[in-house]
Amino acid sequence: MTARMLRVAEVTPLSPLVTRFRFECPEGGTLPLFSGGAHVVVEMPDGATLRRNAYSLISDPLDGSGYEIAVRREDAGRGGSRFMHTHVAVGDLLRVGAPVNLFALDLRAKKHVLIAGGIGITPFLAQLRQLTRLQMPFELHYCARSRAEAAGLSLLPDLPQVHAHISDEGDRLDIGAVLAGQPLGTHVYTCGPEGLIEAVAGTATRLNWPKAALHSEAFLSPPPGAAFKVTLARSGITITVGPHQSLLEAMEEAQVDAPWLCRGGACGQCETAVLSCKGRIEHHDHWLSDAEKAAQQKIMPCVSRFQGEDLTLDR
Amino acid sequence: MTMRFNDETFRDDYTFHNSPAAIRRFPFPFDQDSYMYSVNIEPHRRGAAGSVFQHRFDVDEHYVAEMRDREITLRDDPLRCQSLPHMELAGWDFLELVMVSKAEDYPELFELHRDGDRWHWINRPLGIEQRFIFLDATSLPCGPMEYITRQTQGDHALLDQREGNLWMDAGMVTSQADWSLDFDIGMNFFEWHAPVPKAHELGVFQRALKFLLSLQQGAPVRRLNWTMTVNPRLDTSPENYHKWGPEKRTLTAGNVGAKQYLRVELQTLWRMPRSNAVAFPIRCYLLALEDLVTVPKWGRRLHRVLRDLPDELAEYKGFAVNRPLIVDYLSRFDDCAPTSAGIFPDD
Amino acid sequence: MPGTEFSPSIASRPVYAGLVAQGAMPAIMLADAEGAGALIDLAARDPAVMERAHVIFIPAGTPHGARLRALGARIYHESPSYAACLERFRKALADAHMGTTLYLAGTEGLIGQATAEALAAGLPAGAIQSEHRGSIARRMQCVHCKGITEGVTTDPFTCSHCGLTLFVRDHYSRRLGAFQGVCVDAETPGVLPPVQEIRP
Ligand code: FES
Repeated sequence: MTARMLRVAEVTPLSPLVTRFRFECPEGGTLPLFSGGAHVVVEMPDGATLRRNAYSLISDPLDGSGYEIAVRREDAGRGGSRFMHTHVAVGDLLRVGAPVNLFALDLRAKKHVLIAGGIGITPFLAQLRQLTRLQMPFELHYCARSRAEAAGLSLLPDLPQVHAHISDEGDRLDIGAVLAGQPLGTHVYTCGPEGLIEAVAGTATRLNWPKAALHSEAFLSPPPGAAFKVTLARSGITITVGPHQSLLEAMEEAQVDAPWLCRGGACGQCETAVLSCKGRIEHHDHWLSDAEKAAQQKIMPCVSRFQGEDLTLDR
Repeated sequence: MTMRFNDETFRDDYTFHNSPAAIRRFPFPFDQDSYMYSVNIEPHRRGAAGSVFQHRFDVDEHYVAEMRDREITLRDDPLRCQSLPHMELAGWDFLELVMVSKAEDYPELFELHRDGDRWHWINRPLGIEQRFIFLDATSLPCGPMEYITRQTQGDHALLDQREGNLWMDAGMVTSQADWSLDFDIGMNFFEWHAPVPKAHELGVFQRALKFLLSLQQGAPVRRLNWTMTVNPRLDTSPENYHKWGPEKRTLTAGNVGAKQYLRVELQTLWRMPRSNAVAFPIRCYLLALEDLVTVPKWGRRLHRVLRDLPDELAEYKGFAVNRPLIVDYLSRFDDCAPTSAGIFPDD
Repeated sequence: MPGTEFSPSIASRPVYAGLVAQGAMPAIMLADAEGAGALIDLAARDPAVMERAHVIFIPAGTPHGARLRALGARIYHESPSYAACLERFRKALADAHMGTTLYLAGTEGLIGQATAEALAAGLPAGAIQSEHRGSIARRMQCVHCKGITEGVTTDPFTCSHCGLTLFVRDHYSRRLGAFQGVCVDAETPGVLPPVQEIRP
């Protein structure tokens, strides 16, 4: 993993809950460029725990002078976003990984339709710049509850292809109307809450859109839950995963070498074989198929949890 | 150190030759006395000074002659270089990767000056000087991928990543081991590997694809592949098979050492920034058997590998008809002594 | 009569899964010869599939046109050849929107060419259905001269453009809608294997 220490250059509140952070090279060099939809993993040394959260890059993909992310404070979450909001100030040094894109534009598309819900606007902010630069046809729909909460509004360009739907003002996105009549070769990208992603997928399927034209990113943060014990057979240890910790984090804390890329149940990198399972795996990922989930022979430690007597992994 | 470039040909009179230094640095692909497919991918780290792994893109004594040979092939058949429309951005990414790497690694041969999007490129060995605007294809004499790959040894494929797969959507392919870009362009990872026997059943491609999909910027990887070629011919394309095919049958016990070459591909894979595509340069090295056996370890080992190779693989790699001659020749250099691990010469 | 059963092959060889009705949604249907049977069977399973369908049929000497026409498609058109209806097919694709299904039925040559055309127009692969019926003749590209020979039924065969004798590979290019033909006597000119009928 080619991570580097970056300096926090700006901290800008965008709404009561969302703050933008800008990172730059401490020595003033340029950072690797990226493609719209890419994320970076930010490491947060929170006391004794090292948290790693993935955030979409929102700055211009072709501008290597800095990286920008927008972080929504989730008080119910495991503390990563809270740490960013309360502990991080201009001048701090944080380790930031290389950009990885699991939500890339399909550059063959004749048109791109981007649908964002709430903080799900973040990957599209970089994609918009890419689309504008490449002069590709697109339209963007941004859904938020209220204008005050719509942190993305101030970051969106004033273009006729950009539409905000504020539900408090009675403007709800009509997905069917957006999808109807799009030209052949249109691709649809959705980022936001599960409900929005499912609604878009459901409408698209009803309208006969093939799956390959649909893209989504749920940006799962590992859900909290009850603590549980896991035996790691190859390492010969049993560890306890705390309520606000993911299984992956617990393995890392125990110095067990475990692969990962997205830390959000999307990329498949952390897939681990289950050697024995007496109980129920709570699969939270988007990687395993329903059949694989039911079989309980694989687990994605970055987001999934367990309830029961015994879970032994090949790790 | 200034590099000397050979005046040599890869067709007709075949004056290609390796200097003693080039023989020593040949990337011998076998690290043990037998061979089977595997996902033999490792980080493309800088290797020892003088080795083919020292720089990101190896430039050697064959550079100028190889580029001349490419030009001949392209004049004959411009379809050896193609890029589907959505791959232009990847072409720019690749142009940048090569120019930046070469200018840093071989400052005496290449120079790159950048002032925003205004770029100035100097390629001394080929006598090229070009000012152009980055991301403006009209400011170059041809597309960005074609431009840079006319100046970079090896074949090059650019792979688009989507739908959990890699798609061969652009390439410059003039020194291939018997596959056609014009035919394979647009195929996904499994499709373009479809004709390879055995590896599918072994799950090699599933594992390799999974690995490559998560390839990260700044962390390129490499692997070696190999085949056998009669005469030092770069263009062993299917397109011209009816032209070079007969040469394969001219091998005799008397000329096998001079005419039979071990052909090694140094394949590297790079995640590129703006396009999220993967660049896949396939660099070809040729070594005559009579030169190869000057390294005793290689002579012994190659004999054992080729003698014991499953028929299906010899068939696929296209040297089954010549295998008896080759193995017979190499057996003279195998004294049955044990060989050391790894690919490098013993001394 | 169900679709043709092909023997298992390599990953690049196309598989024709058979037509599955998507109901009364916009559709383009293109069939040649015995492919008519696949559309007739499709409509029997779900008559609504014809409501918004634009059907183009190339009879190639078969008598199925009248039955197809009777299915009540929104538009029904008969064409003497693929070449003759190509511009019409292109216009239908250009006018189509996402949600349109392309149903292809008949020979591999027709399915392959129409698929390539539709993909180039932006129709996603997932919106293309196909069912093989009738002749198993192949559409072959000569890797040497790049010429395409239609209706190849033997292995090896003679390239209709450059005259080389080519063997029939299973390696298939979706972009070209053709299998690859490679010189069979390249290494030993004039030494030819016996000619065989190709099998499914
Ligand atoms: S790290 Fe990506 S799925 Fe777990």
